[in-house]
Amino acid sequence: MTATLKQATGPQFTRILSFGAARGENAVPNDDLIGPIDSSDEWIRQRTGIITRARAVKETDAIDLATIAAAEAIEKAGVAASEVDLVIVATISNPKQSPSVSAIVADRVGSNPAAAYDVNAACAGYAYAIAQADALIRAGAARYALVIGTEKLSDVVDPADRSISFLLGDGAGAALIGPSETPGIAPAVWGSDGSKADAVGMNGTLTQFRDGEVPWPTLRQEGPTVFRWAVWEMAKVAREALDVAGIEAADLAAFIPHQANMRIIDEFAKQLKLPETTVIARDIETTGNTSAASIPLASHRLMAEHPELSGGLALQIGFGAGLVFAAQVVVLP
Amino acid sequence: MAFTNDEVLAGLSELITDETGIDGSAVALEKSFTDDLDIDSISMMTIVVNAEEKFGVTIPDDEVKNLKTVGDAVNFIVAGQA
Repeated sequence: MTATLKQATGPQFTRILSFGAARGENAVPNDDLIGPIDSSDEWIRQRTGIITRARAVKETDAIDLATIAAAEAIEKAGVAASEVDLVIVATISNPKQSPSVSAIVADRVGSNPAAAYDVNAACAGYAYAIAQADALIRAGAARYALVIGTEKLSDVVDPADRSISFLLGDGAGAALIGPSETPGIAPAVWGSDGSKADAVGMNGTLTQFRDGEVPWPTLRQEGPTVFRWAVWEMAKVAREALDVAGIEAADLAAFIPHQANMRIIDEFAKQLKLPETTVIARDIETTGNTSAASIPLASHRLMAEHPELSGGLALQIGFGAGLVFAAQVVVLP
Repeated sequence: MAFTNDEVLAGLSELITDETGIDGSAVALEKSFTDDLDIDSISMMTIVVNAEEKFGVTIPDDEVKNLKTVGDAVNFIVAGQA
């Protein structure tokens, strides 16, 4: 007779319990960056909406930022660190490929031996990881999950690049996900389009750098191509995320898009026909574009400035190098 | 029904005014989007997407950089109408 296997099942629903945040120590104004790109404060503000971007000092790395953000999320949730049994870190800028950021952070915050792995989905990484944490908890594979987006993008910028470098900042945002009595994380609409892999990403490989064939690889983008995709294609994804959540734009208390560029955020909001009552996250103004960290950082700030949003619905959408994208509606903690 | 050159110019002029606030009378065939009208790449892309919808044509990303003047855009749109 064949023995019957056990399979895990989990709680029916999950939700975000708390957010944590850490930003690079320095607020870098546009004037500090305009020399090598022959630009001006006004040019950068007009095209990106950025006034200052947060950048970390040499001694601070993405693991440090992630640890601070994660510790805050754990403390705010009121869950013991030892109860966290899953840590997912979204990042593209850790200069050491192995070991993972997540395993080190799990240990540092007191969640050793949680399952831990990193996700490479660029600016969609956090939304990807939220989808995974939700699914894994509901499947019974974990109970409390830390989802962290962390980047030290200032390590992969070229001061003379006019396409993306001046947008980028350093920071980490974390969310603690756990079981819920009521629905708190709607299905993700996610995907990729590798045919546009050249639109945004690193401009060289480490082996090319080793062999002296290219300078230190840094990020580049085809700005107009990315802009078109990020607004008009992503608006369709955002509408689909509302559909699968069973809600309408008018139900949104907040809209938290990846903080890529204020012009994208503004045009996006216009395409979605958001009501005036929907609060739009605009953390980019003083943080810059922090890739995987931008949505949780913007969420954290939104909750600090608008505590009345607690319990409200937020649409979050990440999109970036791959190209990859993910959107879902969540209940704000 | 296909749009004529004049109709495309008038429609494009409206889209440019909507996006940038530039007075429609300043939009003429020989004007350069960047040098004369001071339209940046992000506004240009917004105008392109709105023009695609308005005139029922496709303007690929690679083609946008070849559209230096308003006349280039009008010609491309008129020729692109199936």
